[in-house]
This record gives sequence, C-alpha cells and structure tokens, in this order.
Amino acid sequence: MAMNEQKKTVRKKIEATGVMNRIMSDYFYQLDQASKTGEQKIAWCTSVGPAEILRALGFLVHFPENHGAMLGSTRLATDFIPEANAIGYSPDICSYLTADIGAFLKGVTPLSKAYKGIEKVPKPDVLVFNTNQCRDVQDWFSWYARKLKVPILGITTHCGVNEVTEAHVDSIARQMKQLIEPLSEISGKKFDMDEMKQVLALSRECSDLWKKVLDTASAVPSPITFFDGTIHMGPAVVLRGTRQAVDYYQVLLTELRERIKNGVAAIENEKFRLYWDGMPVWGRLSAHSNLFAELQTNVLASTYCNSWIFSAFEPEDPFNSMARAYTELFIVRSDPFKEIYIKTMMDFFKVDGIIFHDAKTCPNNSNCRYGMPQRIEAATGLPSLVINGDLNDLRLVSDEQTKTNIEAFIEQLEENR
Amino acid sequence: MTSSIPVFVGVDVGASRAKAVVLDRDRHLLGFAVEKSGTDFTLVADHCLTASLEMAGVSKNSIVKTISTGYGRKNVSFAQENKTEIGCHSKGCFLYFPRPITIIDIGGQDNKIIKLDEKGRRTGFKMNRKCAAGTGAFLEEMSLRLNIPIEEMDALARQSEDMVKLGSFCTVFSATEVLENIRQGKKVTDIIKGLFFSVIKRVLEMDALTEQVVMTGGVVAHNSFLVTMTEEIIGRRILVPEYPQLTGAIGAALYAMEEGG
Repeated sequence: MAMNEQKKTVRKKIEATGVMNRIMSDYFYQLDQASKTGEQKIAWCTSVGPAEILRALGFLVHFPENHGAMLGSTRLATDFIPEANAIGYSPDICSYLTADIGAFLKGVTPLSKAYKGIEKVPKPDVLVFNTNQCRDVQDWFSWYARKLKVPILGITTHCGVNEVTEAHVDSIARQMKQLIEPLSEISGKKFDMDEMKQVLALSRECSDLWKKVLDTASAVPSPITFFDGTIHMGPAVVLRGTRQAVDYYQVLLTELRERIKNGVAAIENEKFRLYWDGMPVWGRLSAHSNLFAELQTNVLASTYCNSWIFSAFEPEDPFNSMARAYTELFIVRSDPFKEIYIKTMMDFFKVDGIIFHDAKTCPNNSNCRYGMPQRIEAATGLPSLVINGDLNDLRLVSDEQTKTNIEAFIEQLEENR
Repeated sequence: MTSSIPVFVGVDVGASRAKAVVLDRDRHLLGFAVEKSGTDFTLVADHCLTASLEMAGVSKNSIVKTISTGYGRKNVSFAQENKTEIGCHSKGCFLYFPRPITIIDIGGQDNKIIKLDEKGRRTGFKMNRKCAAGTGAFLEEMSLRLNIPIEEMDALARQSEDMVKLGSFCTVFSATEVLENIRQGKKVTDIIKGLFFSVIKRVLEMDALTEQVVMTGGVVAHNSFLVTMTEEIIGRRILVPEYPQLTGAIGAALYAMEEGG
C-alpha cells in the first residue's frame, strides 16, 4: 500500500449536537434581544464567576471567555489580537483578552456569522469578574468598564490554595454577599433567597450531569473525546443555573450511555488513551482531533473540561457552598493538590500518557512550567509530552512541531507497549 | 555493474538537507547521499535515492522496503511508510551504541534530546520550541551576517583565545549582540566560538543529560568542535557515530528492515 492511503479514522459525531446548537442559539438570541430592547438587564461574567447570583437577580449573562473561545475556534482571533497589542495590551498576556478587545475595536463578532441578525456582542449593564481564573480577567473587564462607562464589580480569589479552609470560604462568601446590594440596584430586582436556592439547585444538577457525561470516558473504549468535551461544555459554562442546561445534559448522557452499552467508540479501534492538561488550541480543534483520530488515539479526559464541575454547591447554604465550590477549583490550587488531582484522573480514565499544552499566553492553565510533567511521570510511571502553542494566538503555534511531537509520542507508546 | 542483494532504504528529508542510505541485511551501509532539501522534497528524495543506489551498486529492484522520515517524510513518493525523526534517530543511534543513551541531535531546523533505555526503547524526548536559537538555522543566519562561509566556522572557532559571551535566546537579538561585539573590535574567532557556545547552552537547557551522551545531526557532522566544547561544559566524554548526519536515515532503513522482512 502506498503511503498516505491508510483509511482515515475520524471521531464519531454526537447526535445530541443539534439539540445543543438550538439551545445555544436561543441563548445568544435572547441576549441580543435584551441588548437591543433593554427589556432585561445584562451582566458580563467571568466563566467561573458568580453567575448564579446574577441569574437569581434576573440578569441575562454574557461570558466574554466564551466569546474569546469563539474567536479562537473561528480562527478570527489572530487577526484581532494585534489591535489590542497596538493599544498597549502585550502579545504575552491572555489571548482571549487581546482577541476579544481587538474584535470589539474592529466592531466584529463571530456571533454575526453564526447567528443571522446579531451584529454586536450584547451591551452590558454591569461587569462582574472573579479572579479565580487569573488577573487578566480583571484587566479585561476593566477595559470595558472604562470604554463603555459601565460599573465593574468583582471577587478577588485566593490562589495556590493547598487545603480549602473555613477562612478561605468565609472571605469569598463575604465578597459574594457584598455584591448583592449594588447588583440589586442595577437589576432593579430585590434579592430573593428562594430564587437563589432554585438557581443553585439547577446549577448543581447541571454540574452533576456534566460530571457524569465526562466520566463516561472511563469506559473502554471511550464514547467521547476531549474535543467533544470542549464543544459540549458550552451549556455548562453559559447556561448553568437554567433548566435548558440540565435538560441538555440528560439527552447527551443518555446518548453516551447508549454508546457504552453497545460498545460504540468515539474513536474506532481505540489503541491509546490520553489525558490533556491545559487549554485547547481553539483554532486547531478539528486539526488536532483528526490527528489523534488518525493515530487511533483518544484524548478522552482533561483538566479543562472538568473545571466546570461544582460538586460543593449546596442549595440550602448558597453563599458558603458557592464560595467553597469556586475556591476548590483546580486552577487556584497548589501544585501538590494539582498533582494528586491529575494522577487520580489518569488512574480513573485508564490513560496511557498525558499531554501538557504549554499555552504561551495562559500561564494559569499551563501546568508544565514548574516540573509537574517530571513529577507526574515519576508518580504514575506513564510518559508525558509537552506541546508548545496557545489557546488563541496562532502566531504562537507551529503545526509541524506539534504534529511531529505527537506522532513521535504515539510511536513511543507503541514501541513500549 | 549492479548487484541484486536485497537492500533497505531510509530517506531523511530534513529542513536543511535530504539524506538517503542503503543498508544490506547485515546492517552494513552500502551507499548514501546528502543534498540540500531545497523546495521540492519529492524530487530531492528521488535524487538522493538514485545517488545512494549507485554508490551501493544495486538497482531499484533490490529494494525490499523504503521508509522516510524528517520534515518532508510525507513527500517521499517511493517510500511505503514514514516514521518520525525522533524514532529514526533513536534506532540509528542504538545500532552504534546499544546501551542506555541520551541523544543530542542538532539539525538545521530543530534540536532533539532523546533518551533510550538499555533495550533501545524511548523513555522520553524533547524537541526545541519553534525558535531557531540553538539550531543550524541560527548558525546559518550568523554566517550570513558575518559574511563567513558556514563551512569555515568550525576551524575559526577552534582558534579562539577569548570567547565572547552572547546572552540572548533570540536569533535577532543575538545578531545585535554580535554586531555590538564587532563594533567593539572583538575578534571574529572569539565571536564564532561564542555562537557555538550559545547553540550548546540552548540545547542543554532542554533536558537533563542522564545517560551516556551521543551527539548527531548535520550541525555536529560539520562542526566537530561543538562536540569538544560540549564535552568541556558537561565534563563527560561524548560519543559520535561515524556518520552523524545520516543517523535518521539509517534509523529509517532499520525500520524498513524490521518491517519489511
């Protein structure tokens, strides 16, 4: 057989995608409608910010990080990043920030292409951040606060936390409570604890279902890939706290469980199973998915997709449990905690190795810079690979280097099997 | 006069040079060829094949199997399969040094550090990031800037008495440092040794050297002083195969032998 004539494996399409696309479409049109008419207040929120409080106060919520990922996956980001660089936002900082601000400066949004009639991102009435993701989100929202003359509020989270203590929880819970009054004034709606509990109950339900969805990847062969996860996490990010998100994950979970029952693999003839740590390279999502599929390798679990699981949410104790959930996050934890977490995940998902994505502009999500790959290798006896790239800035991505590294890694797994 | 013994061919189309080798069943190197990779990888691979077969004194019909490697591995039309250069360098080195080794390969476009265990199995590898610092491309750029043919750099570096230290990661910034040293009247020999030192430092930053070190690659083949300097820096003897530039192609031919019967 001549070269390059091998049958190409591709990842199996998830049928529920159509349902997800519909609820995501409804979500964006609802925001657009509110933005155009002013009939409902809009808050912008960081991806792991206090979205539940905002929903309980009647806000519709837009997530700039989600918009940043859309700019990345549509490969528009690299065109806009230089616009933000030129006004003083370094090419070395978060490329979600630079892509999003750059796109705003150019008056462009990928929403327009995906959803006919939407011309702009929804106009905010308030900007609410949580620095649990990074300091960049605060700088990002601050730019919009100045530009749009919109109030900005936020929570400043602890970082490098080894064990989450009552002191951590108390301080975050207090900051959350302090948001209520100013947010209530902006929304024009009085805070209602029962509504808060209802929203949180839905958010917890969404979180539990999302965890079950991701956990299906422990089946051999796995019915889902990391690349599916990055797409299907949409509702868990932007619609948690709503009934639509809960309903969607029930549909998705049913499909994946059916696949397991019937032995249906996301990657046919799954030969190797890998764990991914770090951000996806959004502009190369399908290229990477195809590359691994052709190597009959399923990258099936990740730190990233699991970051929207909030098992600590307790509807009966909203503030303390939200404070705990948003402080138990992987991203704000110490390296010893992160190592145990990753090792536990690698065991649970029965993987053959781990890939670390060293995203140039996202140090907080790049866990390979302080000797972690070497320590994980020693702890698990499994090999690791670090690939250099970025979440959004394709100027920092070398496709040939990535490809050679990944192919060589799979060769190594084959030779050592 | 051509022979009809069965042979195995490995082709390594690198970013800078294309290499082809012909091995017999006893792993003897019968023929090889090296050419600039240029812009047509398919054509240069064909040329290298023809030249190496001629040197080996065998015809195309004697080829049992061909495997390609390197950046242009998927452009070699006559290869039945391809492998990464990481795998091929490993195999090529282990043929000559069958023991646990740490391979440093310095190529035109990238560097690799590959670790093999006592059975020749890879335990890990690192490639340089996409930056040119520490690669052959860095020396090529500097040779242009200094207007000194690249093949003369090794001999000049050996004459240095007071090496210039260059601090930058970046090729462009290093060039600025070189210009500054020229302005200050520093000797070219000392600057070139400084460039060699910079290449070695970039490579040594990539990984710890845990086993017997072997150095390969085109840059090593043409600049043996790099090996001497590296030995001085790490304080250990380094092994170099007879044809350091051909290691990847030899590894590819060995894969062809394993898989071709």
